[in-house]
Amino acid sequence: MGRHPAAYRQVAKKLKAKGLAYSVSRIKEGGRREVNFVSKLGEVAIRTVLRMGRMGVLLAKAFAFSVTPPVKVFLVVKQIQFIGFQSISVIFLTGAFTGMVLSYQGFNTLSRFGSEAFLGPMVGLALIKEMGPVISALMVTGRAGSSVTAEIGIMRISEQIDALELMGLNPYRYLIVPNLLAAIVSVPLLTAIFDVVGIFGGYLIGVKLLGVSSGVYFGEMISYVEMKDILEGLFKSLNFGVIIAWVCCFKGYYAGYYTGFGAQGVSTATTQAVVLSSVLILVWDYFLTSTHIFF
Amino acid sequence: MIRIEDLHKSFDGVKVLQGITLEVGKGQVLALIGRSGYGKSVLLKHVAGLMKPDRGRVLVDGHDMSSLKGRDLMGIRNRLGFLFQSGALFDSMTIFDNVAFPLREKTKHKEKEIRERVMSALEQVGLVGAEEKFPSQISGGMVKRASLARALVGEPQIMLFDEPTTGLDPLTGQTILSLIDSCHERLKFTGIIVTHEVPKIFEVVDRVAMIDEGRVLFEGSPEAILASEDPRIKSFVTGGMEWLPHDIERHSEFMEEIRRKKDIHGL
Repeated sequence: MGRHPAAYRQVAKKLKAKGLAYSVSRIKEGGRREVNFVSKLGEVAIRTVLRMGRMGVLLAKAFAFSVTPPVKVFLVVKQIQFIGFQSISVIFLTGAFTGMVLSYQGFNTLSRFGSEAFLGPMVGLALIKEMGPVISALMVTGRAGSSVTAEIGIMRISEQIDALELMGLNPYRYLIVPNLLAAIVSVPLLTAIFDVVGIFGGYLIGVKLLGVSSGVYFGEMISYVEMKDILEGLFKSLNFGVIIAWVCCFKGYYAGYYTGFGAQGVSTATTQAVVLSSVLILVWDYFLTSTHIFF
Repeated sequence: MIRIEDLHKSFDGVKVLQGITLEVGKGQVLALIGRSGYGKSVLLKHVAGLMKPDRGRVLVDGHDMSSLKGRDLMGIRNRLGFLFQSGALFDSMTIFDNVAFPLREKTKHKEKEIRERVMSALEQVGLVGAEEKFPSQISGGMVKRASLARALVGEPQIMLFDEPTTGLDPLTGQTILSLIDSCHERLKFTGIIVTHEVPKIFEVVDRVAMIDEGRVLFEGSPEAILASEDPRIKSFVTGGMEWLPHDIERHSEFMEEIRRKKDIHGL
């Protein structure tokens, strides 16, 4: 048959008849490249779908084990202390400065329309509905989410998770459920702290520095901010808490599978957890806001 | 009690196990020997149900480990102890808490009773005094011994040991083997030991299986393997080394070169 199979020689002959002088090896090479490209594309698609499926299963199992005994209460409290309590200082700082800069920028903008009186509602609504839930969730992701991924990831690569399984114990109950429940409890509470500190930060700048009346700042805020705004903000933060725990636990739990092996695998998993969690928080925030899913 | 039937497993196209068939009777201990990287640990992980085979099956007490799920799998694992090559101790817990962990989580014993059992297990492995230390604060040999105490504290009926003596000095290695032997005397577990500790391991086990290139090259009693005339088995067992005859020549050349260098430098 010669060096090239008959099929390739036939294609070359047809192309030659059309005045296109393609060599047999070039056709073969081109065909192989196309097949490679298609198979690679297929591989990536299957891998992505599989990974998304695994993420979905992890979340479903985590919720299922959260509501069925035995829940490891001590571990949940320990994680609330880690994710929640230890994040208070950073939430205080970021909350205060976010409120202060909102008040500053808000005053400059509102004064162009002679509406400085609305500084209170502007700061309040912006913080309660958007800035509070989003920024506090991003802060928790960076401070606690990354450690959760690293800790679970190290347990995975050092076979500690395998050891748990071989003891006949369910790793979800020890590693994932406590983080999920702790995040569900902590993130809304941290958001509430962020909102309050931010409002007082705004008060400090708007009232004490820029001269807006204290009564106007709070009075207008009380008139315009409704309970549903507060609940919307808290509902968002509840969602973000789930996203943080879900993504960070998933990336750690499957550290050896998707991100390479050893220490580098854990570091990549940690980076990916922070990036994916932050992106999902922002995307989900837009989705929740635009679809009015809550109200 | 443990039956492995025609087990196949490949990773990224590389065939690691190519039809392993083995059986370990109740109360027996089997030593799995063979060159590094030939799938002994992979085989052990299949027995524990940590990996799923491409073909074939592993039966533990008649249950197929690859198809068991949920509570049934947990049920088998509750009777199983596994000594990891790395120890796999929980690094955020002290040695005491590590050994106490399976008792605290799986039994309803009171803390006082747990303390007694843990201290007795630690005494057996010679770790009394180190119970408040963390795994990162103790030596590799101590980690292995602590891990052995954790695996045995629940008094398992099946024990799997993944290279229990690798990386340890000969004396500590011997201590660990004696410990395994004495625990077997006491608990009468069914066990598989993956090891390179040839021929010392023959004193501890009832049967030996040698894995070579993903297949069982030999299965039989320790006496039979010592009497084997197969050159591959002989070079491995009698030499207790992993190089083949043509490598031994290279080894002698290497030793000669070292001697020459020593002479040159007047050492």
